[in-house]
Amino acid sequence: MTLTDVGLLSQPVLAGLAFIAALAVNDSRRSAIAGTLNALLGLATAATGVGALLGEPGSLTFATGIPGIAHLGQLALAPDRLGGIFLVVVGVVGALSAWFGVGYAHGATATRAAWAAYPIFLWGMSIVPAAGDAVTFLLGWELMALGSTVLLHSEHATRPQVRSAVLWYAAMTHLSFVLLLAGFAVLIASANGTTWEALAASPPTGVSASLAFVLLAGGFATKAGLVPVHVWLPRAHPEAPSHVSAAMSAAMVKLGIYGLLLVTLRLLPDGPRWWAIGLLVLGGVSAVYGILEASVTSDLKRLLAFSTTENLGLMVTGLAVAMMLRSTGQRAVADVALVAVVLLVISHAAFKTVLFLGAGSILHATGERDLDRLGGLARRMPRTAFATSIGALAAAALPISSGFVAEWVLLQSLVHGDTRGPTADRVIAIALPITVAVVALTAGLALLTFVKVVGIAFLARGRSPEATNAHENPASMTVPMWVGAGLVLGLGLVPGWVAMVAAAAVGASGIEPAGLAGVALPSVNALLDPVSLVLMSLAVAVPIAVITVRAARKAPRRTVDLPWGCGGVRVDPTMQYTATSYAEPLVRIFDDALRPTRDLDVTHTVESDYLVREVAYRQRMVDQVERGLYEPVIRLLWRIGDQARRLQDGSVHRYLGFSFAALVVVLLVVTW
Amino acid sequence: MTALAVAWQILVAVALTPVLVGVMRQVRARLEGRVGAGVGQPWRDVRKLLAKEPLAAEGAGPLMSAVPVILVISSLVSVALVPLLGIATLAWVPDDLFVVVSVLLVGTVALALLGLESGTAFGGMGSSRHMMIAALVEPTVLVAVYALSVPVGTTALSSILQARMSDPTTVISPVSLLALVALSIVVLAETGRLPVDNPATHLELTMVHEAMILESSGRDLGWLELGSWLRLTALLGLVVNLALPWGVAADLGVGATVIATLAFSVKLLIAGSMIAAAEVFLAKVRLFRVPELLAGSFVLAFLSVTASYLLV
Repeated sequence: MTLTDVGLLSQPVLAGLAFIAALAVNDSRRSAIAGTLNALLGLATAATGVGALLGEPGSLTFATGIPGIAHLGQLALAPDRLGGIFLVVVGVVGALSAWFGVGYAHGATATRAAWAAYPIFLWGMSIVPAAGDAVTFLLGWELMALGSTVLLHSEHATRPQVRSAVLWYAAMTHLSFVLLLAGFAVLIASANGTTWEALAASPPTGVSASLAFVLLAGGFATKAGLVPVHVWLPRAHPEAPSHVSAAMSAAMVKLGIYGLLLVTLRLLPDGPRWWAIGLLVLGGVSAVYGILEASVTSDLKRLLAFSTTENLGLMVTGLAVAMMLRSTGQRAVADVALVAVVLLVISHAAFKTVLFLGAGSILHATGERDLDRLGGLARRMPRTAFATSIGALAAAALPISSGFVAEWVLLQSLVHGDTRGPTADRVIAIALPITVAVVALTAGLALLTFVKVVGIAFLARGRSPEATNAHENPASMTVPMWVGAGLVLGLGLVPGWVAMVAAAAVGASGIEPAGLAGVALPSVNALLDPVSLVLMSLAVAVPIAVITVRAARKAPRRTVDLPWGCGGVRVDPTMQYTATSYAEPLVRIFDDALRPTRDLDVTHTVESDYLVREVAYRQRMVDQVERGLYEPVIRLLWRIGDQARRLQDGSVHRYLGFSFAALVVVLLVVTW
Repeated sequence: MTALAVAWQILVAVALTPVLVGVMRQVRARLEGRVGAGVGQPWRDVRKLLAKEPLAAEGAGPLMSAVPVILVISSLVSVALVPLLGIATLAWVPDDLFVVVSVLLVGTVALALLGLESGTAFGGMGSSRHMMIAALVEPTVLVAVYALSVPVGTTALSSILQARMSDPTTVISPVSLLALVALSIVVLAETGRLPVDNPATHLELTMVHEAMILESSGRDLGWLELGSWLRLTALLGLVVNLALPWGVAADLGVGATVIATLAFSVKLLIAGSMIAAAEVFLAKVRLFRVPELLAGSFVLAFLSVTASYLLV
C-alpha cells in the first residue's frame, strides 16, 4: 500500500469522524474538536498529494453496486502528478482554514450544520483532483458545491445579504455543473468508458471536440470566477465566514484551473488556434477587470474576491499562451508558461489564505470589513498586521514573495515567444505584446490595491472607535496566518524545488535549480535566485545600518506633540485619506469602465447661500458586467414568472378545467 | 573580482548622484537668471540632514524610520544591478530587467506606505497619486523591456548592452529608438521630474513626491532624498548607456574601469543638464493629463515590440 492509497483511504474516515463530531459534540467544544479533525483531513489530503507527486499513482476503485448503469458501477480515485499538486493545495489550505476556524467560528458560524458541512466541502474538494474518471469527478464537484453552499448560508439569520449571495452562488455553481455534465457527455459519447485514459484515447474530432471544449471551458471558468461568470465571487466571498472564504478562494476556485489543465493537457490536447485565443481573451479580461474592480473597492473581503478573479485570470492567460506557443512548435517556452501557471496556483493559494484569514482576524477584532472605517491596526494587532502584509507583498508580486517568482516566470515565458524570421506568426506577434501589457497593468494596479489595503487598514490612525479599540486575536487565529505567511516567504525565497515539482506535474522540461535555491530557465536564458538577491541587499544594507545606528546614537529620535502637519495641530483622524479617496484618481481615469454612481448633497447655511454647512458624498460601485449582462436576464425571468402566475388564480373552476384538458391530452396521446 | 567591480559602481553612483542633482539645479538656476546654490549643495544638504535628529509625532510607528532605509537599499541594489560602468555581472544575481524593475518597485511601495503612515491628508494624497502613476507606468516599462529583449533573446541588461556595443547601428534602429523614447518618458515619471511632478514645488496641492515625505525630518529625510536621487542615477544611467553604449567597460581591467567611470560621469551629467534645461521650458501637466502622456509612451513601446517582430 502506498502513501497515496493510505491518504485516499484515510480521507473518508476522517471526514466521517469530523461529520459525526460536529453533530455529537456540544457547543462549547465543537469548534475545537471538529476544527482539529478537519485540519487532520486537510493534512491527509496534502499527504495524498505528496504521495502522488512522488510518483505513486495510487488507485482505489469502489464498486458502487448499482447494476445496469455501466458508468456508475465503478468509481475510481487515481491522482496523477498534476492532481497531486492540487491535492497539496487543497489539503494545506483546508487545514489552515480549519485551524483558524477553531478560534474564529462562534455563534452562527459554529453551529452543527456549519461544522458538519465543512468536512463534506473539504472531502469533495479532495475528490475532484484525485478522481480517475468523469463520474467520480462530478460527484466530488457536487459534494464540494453542497458543502460550500451550506457553509455560505451560516449567517443568513443576521444579514439579509447572505441569502441573496447563496442564491447567486447556487445558481452559478449549478450552471457550472450543467455545463460540465454536458461537456463530459460529449466526450464520453465518442469514447469507450469514462476514465481519463479512455477519454484521452479516443477524443472527439471536429465540431464535437469544439463543442466539448466550449462546454467544459465554460463550466470550469464559472467555478474559477472568470469574467463574465465571476458574479458569484464578490457576493459569496464577503458573506461566507472568513475561514470558509479562505478555503473557497484559495482552494475551490483553483479546481476550475485544474479542470482547464485537465482538458487542455490531457483530454483535448491538440485543439485549433481559436481555443487558445478564446482562453487568452477570457483570462486577460478577467485579470484587468478583476484588479480594476478590486482597486476601487473598499470592502476588504469583496476586494479580495475581485483580486481572486484577477489571479485566476492570470493563470488562464498563462495557460492560453502555453497552448498558443505549443501550436507553433515552441515547446520549450510553452513549458515555461505552464510552469508559471502552476506556480501562480501555488502562490495564490498561499497568499490568498493569509489575506482572507487576516481579513477574518480584523473582522473578528473590530466587526468591520470596510477599509474606510479601519486604520492604525498595526499598533493594535501587530501579529495580524505583519502576516497580512506578507500576504499583500505576494499579491502585489513584489520580491521576495511567492507572487514575484510566479509572475517573473510568467513574464519570462511571454517575452520569449519568438516569432521572427520565416516562421513569423502575426497572431502571436500581436497577442504577446498585448498580453505583456495586460499582465503589467494588472501588476501595477495590484500594487496600488495592496498598498491601499495595508496602508489604510494598518497604518496611520483609526478611523472609527471599533478600530481604535481593537485587540489582537488569540494564537489559535494568528498562528495559522503565520504558517501561511511562512509558506509565502518560503516559496518566494527557495523557488527552485517548487518549480521542479511544478514542471514534473505538467510534464515540462527545461527547468533547473540554480544558485543557492533559485530557479533557472535555460530555454529562455534566465535565472532567478532570491536568496542571492537578499544576501546582496544585506551586504548593501550593512553600511547604511552602521551610519544610521551611529547617527541615532548622537541624535536620537525625538517625539514631539506637534510635528509638521503643515504647522497646524495634528488633525482629526477622519481627515486622513480613506480607501475610497485613495482610489479616487483611478475611478476618474477608468470612469467609462467603472461608471460609479455618485451623490453629492451640499447643505447651505440659512443665512447665506455662499456658506456651506454640510457636504454629504456617497459613491457606489456597481459591477458593470452584472448590470449589463445579468440584470436583463433576471428581469426577463421575473416577467415570465409574473405571466406564469396567471395560470394559478385560486379559482376551482379553472383548476378543474386544467385537469380536464390534461385528461383529454392523455387520452389523445394514448389512443393515437 | 566582479563583486569588487559592483562595489566600485555603487561607490561611483553614490558619489556622483549629489553632483548630478547639483548640476541639474545649477543649470536650471542659471537659465532662470538666478545664481544658484552651487553644485555641491545637495551633498552638504544630505550630510547635514543625516546628522540631525528626526522628529516623530506622538504614536508614530517604526515605519517612519524603516521606510527611508528601505528606499535607500532598494535604490542601491538597483544601482548595483544596472550596468552603469561595465557589463560584468554577478553569476547568481543577474541583471534581469524584470528584477531591477521589481527592486525599484519595493522603494516605490515603501514611499507610498510612508505617505499613508504620516496620517495627514497630504501624505495620503501624495501616496494615492504616486501609486496611480506607478500603476500606469508599469505597462510601458515592461513592454519597453520586452522590446529591448527581443533582438537579444534575453532580458539581461548586460547582454542587451553588449549587443549594442558590438553593433552600434542597432541603437538607431526604429525598434530601439521607439523603446528609448518610451523608456525616457517612464524615467521622468518614475523619478518625479517635470512634466509629471515638480521636484521644486512646495505648493501642496500639486505635490506628489514632496507630499509623501512632508512629515519626515532629519536623518529620515536625508535617506529619503538620497534614495530618490539614486533612483534617478540608476534609471537615467540606464537610458544613457542604452542610447550611447560607448565607454562601457567590456572587461574588469583597471584601465577600462577608469575610462568607463569618466565616460559614464560625462554622459550622465550632460543628460542631466539637458533634462534640467528642458524643464525650464516645461510646465507640470494636470494630474489627470498624466495618464494621456503615459498612454502615449505605451503606444510607442507597443509599436516598438511589434516592429521588432514584423520589420526584421
